[in-house]
Amino acid sequence: MVKVDIKYTKLFINNEWVDAVSKKTFPTINPQDETVITQVAEGDKADIDLAVKAAVKAFHRYSEWRLLDASQRGRLLLKLADLMERDVKYLGELETLDCGKPVAQATGEAAWSAQIIRYYAGKADKILGNTIPADGEVLSMTIKEPVGVCGQILPWNYPIPMFVWKIAPALAAGCTLVIKPAEQTPLTALALAALIKEAGFPPGVVNVIPGYGPTAGAALTNHPCVDKMAFTGSTEIGRIIMSGAPKVNLKRVTLELGGKSPLVIFNDADVEKAAQIAHRAAFANAGQCCAAGTRTFVQSGIYEAFVAKAAEIAKKRTVGNPYEDVQQGPQIDNEMFTKVMGYIQSGKKEARCVAGGDRIGKTGFYIQPTVFADVKDDMKIAKEEIFGPVQSILKFDTFDEVIDRANNTNYGLGSGVVTKDITTALAFAKHIRAGTVWVNTYEHVTPQTPFGGFKESGIGREMGEEGILQYLENKTVTINLPKKPQM
Amino acid sequence: MVKVDIKYTKLFINNEWVDAVSKKTFPTINPQDENVITNVAEGDKADIDIAVAAARKAFHRYSNWRTMDASRRGMLLLKLAELIESQARYLAELETLDCGKPVKIAEEEVYYSTSVLRYYAGKADKILGSTIPADGDVLSMTLKEPVGVCAQIIPWNYPIPMLSWKIAPALAAGCTVVLKPAEQTPLTALAIGALIKEAGFPPGVVNIVPGYGHTAGAALTHHPDVDKVAFTGSTEVGKLILGAAPVANLKRVTLELGGKSPLVVFNDADVEKAAQIAHAAAFANGGQCCCAGTRTYVQAGVYDQFVTKAAEIARNRCVGDPFDDVQQGPQIDKEMYNKVLSYIEAGRAEGARCVAGGGKLDRKGYYVQPTVFADVKDDMKIAREEIFGPVQSVFKFDTFEEVIDRANDTNYGLGAGVITNDITTALTFAKHVRAGSVWINTYDHVSSQTPFGGFKDSGLGRELGEDGINQYLEIKTVTVALPKIPLL
Repeated sequence: MVKVDIKYTKLFINNEWVDAVSKKTFPTINPQDETVITQVAEGDKADIDLAVKAAVKAFHRYSEWRLLDASQRGRLLLKLADLMERDVKYLGELETLDCGKPVAQATGEAAWSAQIIRYYAGKADKILGNTIPADGEVLSMTIKEPVGVCGQILPWNYPIPMFVWKIAPALAAGCTLVIKPAEQTPLTALALAALIKEAGFPPGVVNVIPGYGPTAGAALTNHPCVDKMAFTGSTEIGRIIMSGAPKVNLKRVTLELGGKSPLVIFNDADVEKAAQIAHRAAFANAGQCCAAGTRTFVQSGIYEAFVAKAAEIAKKRTVGNPYEDVQQGPQIDNEMFTKVMGYIQSGKKEARCVAGGDRIGKTGFYIQPTVFADVKDDMKIAKEEIFGPVQSILKFDTFDEVIDRANNTNYGLGSGVVTKDITTALAFAKHIRAGTVWVNTYEHVTPQTPFGGFKESGIGREMGEEGILQYLENKTVTINLPKKPQM
Repeated sequence: MVKVDIKYTKLFINNEWVDAVSKKTFPTINPQDENVITNVAEGDKADIDIAVAAARKAFHRYSNWRTMDASRRGMLLLKLAELIESQARYLAELETLDCGKPVKIAEEEVYYSTSVLRYYAGKADKILGSTIPADGDVLSMTLKEPVGVCAQIIPWNYPIPMLSWKIAPALAAGCTVVLKPAEQTPLTALAIGALIKEAGFPPGVVNIVPGYGHTAGAALTHHPDVDKVAFTGSTEVGKLILGAAPVANLKRVTLELGGKSPLVVFNDADVEKAAQIAHAAAFANGGQCCCAGTRTYVQAGVYDQFVTKAAEIARNRCVGDPFDDVQQGPQIDKEMYNKVLSYIEAGRAEGARCVAGGGKLDRKGYYVQPTVFADVKDDMKIAREEIFGPVQSVFKFDTFEEVIDRANDTNYGLGAGVITNDITTALTFAKHVRAGSVWINTYDHVSSQTPFGGFKDSGLGRELGEDGINQYLEIKTVTVALPKIPLL
């Protein structure tokens, strides 16, 4: 076990470290061995009230933050990115301790997150409105203002990247924030808060309140002074958050929810390469990825060859101590572990298991990379989001058939196609109803490319130019200006 | 009374005129004399189900509508604008019959609505995605697709313009629509339905189902096969709609709700001109305007002069039969009429000084006198709640910072106005007031090019202008593997 120094376990409000008003704490668990890593201050409504108050104050029209030039906001974000890179090794180790992902992956994600901060740092002074040739004797323009105080609730599957996805566009836009990290993974959020202070963000601009969803999360969602909520997590909780939006005020809500994303392999694909793409699509992050390729449709001409290859690659996937050189660590916690094992049991009854199918060892939430073939569209494992290392392979014959089957879901987050044919690729991209379509690759997400869901996979987009829109409120200013002034 | 020929009173689904499944009808009332104009088919859940199914079919990836060039969608919108223009006088008379606005104003609004259709006609083939210099060995791009089947619920205060604001961007984007007009004002929506068919829109692209909010409206906003809801109306109903969005599926929702918009007059304003602007801001459309300037803040130096002028202009406002040459007709219906009168009573009871009007007109129909209250305080009912009637409230203020804080002290945030010649005052006001539209030395100037919508409880999202089409689009990112040095 690698020894990781945990420096921050309190709430972060107004650039200060404080206990919860109740003085309560909660444990964060190590998924490698199910032991308690440390206790963290447990935020609840009283703490959220203080944090929102701080964020409201920091958003006052004459606050230090609001009076900064937009480019200065960008400079602060660049400084934060530099500090993340300085501490990247430590952040990677802390991340692995709290969530179990292989440390090389965690470190890579921390470095990638610094790049996302830099993207939005460069965007801060390029948030443009328009001058408008409006009808009438007027000069009209739009101004894109920060929407205000934002509540941001993060998931546990990519703690550092998800923190950065949320704060970077919001800070570039000029908003102030109250963030609730997932209760499973509070540690790196608090470490990043320390860097935010070190970078020079004024007090109250970013506040971090660890705690539970039904308490701290709900208090944030129901707070009358929060202008906007951004949430990444399950579709179930996303619905609750959205239904809370009109209760006390009229919160703007964006959601990044679950998925059951189809990856479609046509007969002309190189089977080896397709199987590698599909393997990563299903098993990256131990399957704990909202856009995971969890329905692998393979055209009948190459079906058996693909299944054999997929099973072979899955059997070779290395699973173990995430501080060592492995591809996969443990699942995040007991609840998810149990849920995934339940789906595997269900799959074994209905489909053909060609790899994996069991837990690994007796302690730690480790699961064998599992592959099911001959999956049918109406099976539980074909319809419901598993969020674990389980690949489901389905057979198809024609293009229109697979489009209809791929679209036959209430989700719509990601999708992929593997083919050499230009028309197949582009027609697939056109007709699939998903927020992201990958062609001959999968899960390629960058700071420049908008990401988000059609249908019940979410509302709104993160990353790219579009990713800043949710943090802006449009003001139209129209000034009387006679065409022939009498001066 | 002008005789207006009413040709369409059924539901419009799949380009056909059909009875409600239940065969029920409901009356639409003439606010000038409280009589029934005619009975209209009453849509309910069963009819909404049929309409949504038609819209879903018309949205199939290989449908006529979906396989049409974007520019052709634009041409259909131009054709519709042309047809509406050719019937402008008829539609205006029908509008006045159903909602009571002066017929000359109704006719201007018909022409204005055609400008909205033409604006979005020109936008249809200019809905651009981006190619993106993404990190990695890829070619990345965004496609802006139509969001899908859209439910559109429109209010009774500007029936024809509100219909144009809703259908124009949605159709330009390539969506299909089920529209529920307000139960008070179904007639012009149906007349335009006929023109939509005549223009050549394929069956199922636009469906119009008159009915009530708690039946047809609720069925629409709860339907699992509706991708998006756009609603204009009260904040109360808007919140219900937003709350329902995640229940059956995860509807995208945009809302245009109420307001209590501040209009601030500084000492350097020309009092006569300011009073005229403020009068139009408060009384246009009988005060039945979401962004009406309903809190008139006047700086102490010009306050008394302003109040005198405002009262004089209000007393001269011409109210009467909307088919005559008047400025103001009746309020829309009995419910709103009673609500407005009770706010006027509240104004008196709380100690505001009534300097013009103050009650109903002594005649049949829902007519209310243009009413002006002076010395209004921020905590009075008439200062905080949306009245939606011909009532102007005048407040005194001293300094800039004070009036910014008072203007922003509301959960609404739809419109705002300032009257001053000083450039710094004007632009600083625009910067610090929290409202979706800020007018400087004018008010209520809304054109097809300028985005309109609310901060805070006044709404979510924007209509009109470039921004107005975003709510009808869903962004798809396409990333194609493309090695930087290909092995070919």
